[in-house]
Amino acid sequence: MNTIKQVFENNRKNKKGCLIGYITAGYPTPEITPKIADALIHGGIDILEIGIPFSDPIADGPTIQTASLQALNAGTTPKKVLEIIKEIKTNHDIPLVVMTYYNPIFHFGLDKFLLTAKIHGANGFIIPDLPIEEADDFKQIANTHNLDTIFLAAPSTSKQRLTKIVDATSGFLYLVSHFGVTGTKSTIENSTLQLIQQVKSFTINKIPLAVGFGISKPEHVQEILNSGADAAIVGSAFINIIQKNVSLINMLNELEATAKILKTATMLESY
Amino acid sequence: MNIRDYPQNGKYGKFGGKYVPEILMEAVNELENAYEQTKKDPEFQKQLNYYLADFVGRPTPLYFAKNLTCKLGGAKIYLKREDLAHGGAHKINNTLGQALLAKRMGKTRIIAETGAGQHGVATAIACAALDLEAEVYMGTEDCKRQKLNVFRMKLLNAKVHPVDSGSKTLKDSINEAFRDWVTNIKTTYYLIGTTMGPHPYPMMVRDFQSVIGQEIKQQFKQKENRLPDALVACVGGGSNAMGTFYPFEDNHEVKLYGVEAAGNGIETGKHAATIAAGSEGIFHGMYTYLLQDDNGQIKNTNSISAGLDYPGVGPEHAFLKTLNRAKYVAATDQEAVDAFLILCKTEGILPALESSHALAHAIKIAPQMNKNQSIIVTLSGRGDKDVETIADFIGEKI
Repeated sequence: MNTIKQVFENNRKNKKGCLIGYITAGYPTPEITPKIADALIHGGIDILEIGIPFSDPIADGPTIQTASLQALNAGTTPKKVLEIIKEIKTNHDIPLVVMTYYNPIFHFGLDKFLLTAKIHGANGFIIPDLPIEEADDFKQIANTHNLDTIFLAAPSTSKQRLTKIVDATSGFLYLVSHFGVTGTKSTIENSTLQLIQQVKSFTINKIPLAVGFGISKPEHVQEILNSGADAAIVGSAFINIIQKNVSLINMLNELEATAKILKTATMLESY
Repeated sequence: MNIRDYPQNGKYGKFGGKYVPEILMEAVNELENAYEQTKKDPEFQKQLNYYLADFVGRPTPLYFAKNLTCKLGGAKIYLKREDLAHGGAHKINNTLGQALLAKRMGKTRIIAETGAGQHGVATAIACAALDLEAEVYMGTEDCKRQKLNVFRMKLLNAKVHPVDSGSKTLKDSINEAFRDWVTNIKTTYYLIGTTMGPHPYPMMVRDFQSVIGQEIKQQFKQKENRLPDALVACVGGGSNAMGTFYPFEDNHEVKLYGVEAAGNGIETGKHAATIAAGSEGIFHGMYTYLLQDDNGQIKNTNSISAGLDYPGVGPEHAFLKTLNRAKYVAATDQEAVDAFLILCKTEGILPALESSHALAHAIKIAPQMNKNQSIIVTLSGRGDKDVETIADFIGEKI
């Protein structure tokens, strides 16, 4: 089975960056989610990030808030997300990371959820409201099940904290590109590119650096990879495509085509 | 170890903590350090005390409710009159403290959440007085229910942002305030209105509200030269209750009662009784009791009182509950309205619907106690804002 580490190594050998695609599980319905995953994977994403919808997603902008609410209304539960993971991993050998706010999996039972996710093929977890200081239980259980614990760093993170976060994270480091919530932006700010360069000096030869929040276009992907990132994380841009398409076929085609364009951007000579 | 020595490392036993996105961690730590420094500074305390005395009108009276006591025929009932504080509620004790702190930290823009609008109004008042910019998030449902307070905030120069996401009530206004804070962290101070959120908020809000309990202790000593037998306060997030309880936490002979909103009745599922009917979880930056469904999603709450309509509770209350130091009970909408009407008639005081929940419990227990004993009810706010709701509830047109 392909691990996160192997995927980064293979891409590096081939002088490519990684593309991580985020989708909200159960949006628009739990039945369609595996098809959406198929489309993104056919388009060329390297790692799939699948979000468990939560009633109160404080780190997310309007796009993912709406998707989360609709997924919940469509009957998506943490248990159902585990089944979706199983279905996706049965069909694809691609690393899959679960993005979830802490409460749904805490309530489910941390050990039970992580173990089941592992059995169904998950490779790691991202928990945006669980900073390293509160993460001892999570880390211990994830280590037991050989799951990656992917922590976040932000523009506000001090050098001291960054050192600790780089030590705690496995799989990759998730760098939040700017002050704000998730959502598409028209351009990447210079401050983001500088931030990537600074953080890269902490992660180099230790752990791959993935950058997310506000990345939606091929030129964004190129810019952040050129600044030293190892991966680009794209989420809201895919969710927007799901949102605007009434026809399932058109939606899946556009998702695949967009993933392909973004993946192509990770292969350019300049990188 | 004494209960009053908590939090330890930001935690009350297992409750509390800092469960926030990484982007906020430095801000929360910066706030913790600034508060630790500031609270020890006599100049800050002097400044705060000046505003509390000359601007808010403290100390607020401890009033012996003689008529109500006679009617119930049991323990003496005293009312801590936070309804007489400037703005009409206890909320101002906290907003002034935090606004002064924000100013010291060099922040120029204050954001706040509000449910019923009382914290929003208290934030607007403190910001106007201290020349700070105030922006308040309020659910569109709550804006409809509390039009008067929306307009009061505007008059006081605050900008109100209606929040149309989720259930469009208090919890969603908190979500939106967090999203604003994440985006504008460098210039902006998030002024939380109750003992919730990541450490140091629950501790800091408790400290600023403790003036309520400290005054009760002094005033009651002057009147009866002893400690009261029971303290009763309503609990939504829990700030007036925490302020009432904290100075008495280590006086174990004083019974503490926190009264939550039972809405239509806990058995109906339409309520906001977080401790009575909730379970442990992580929400809005803290580990505490929550109202959540089988899948760990946060539930919508129901109460006639917008100020108690919150699916979480301050972590120190969760701690006091597990230690059995405080008892948490609930009063229904009907019981709160009955208590409201009784106080109006017997004492000539219109209590806030929030505070009416506390009063309802005092009315239940007073007759079971003897006449030498005393109960103190914190009247956290005045009820003028609630008269329309009351009229609706009892079916009268105004």
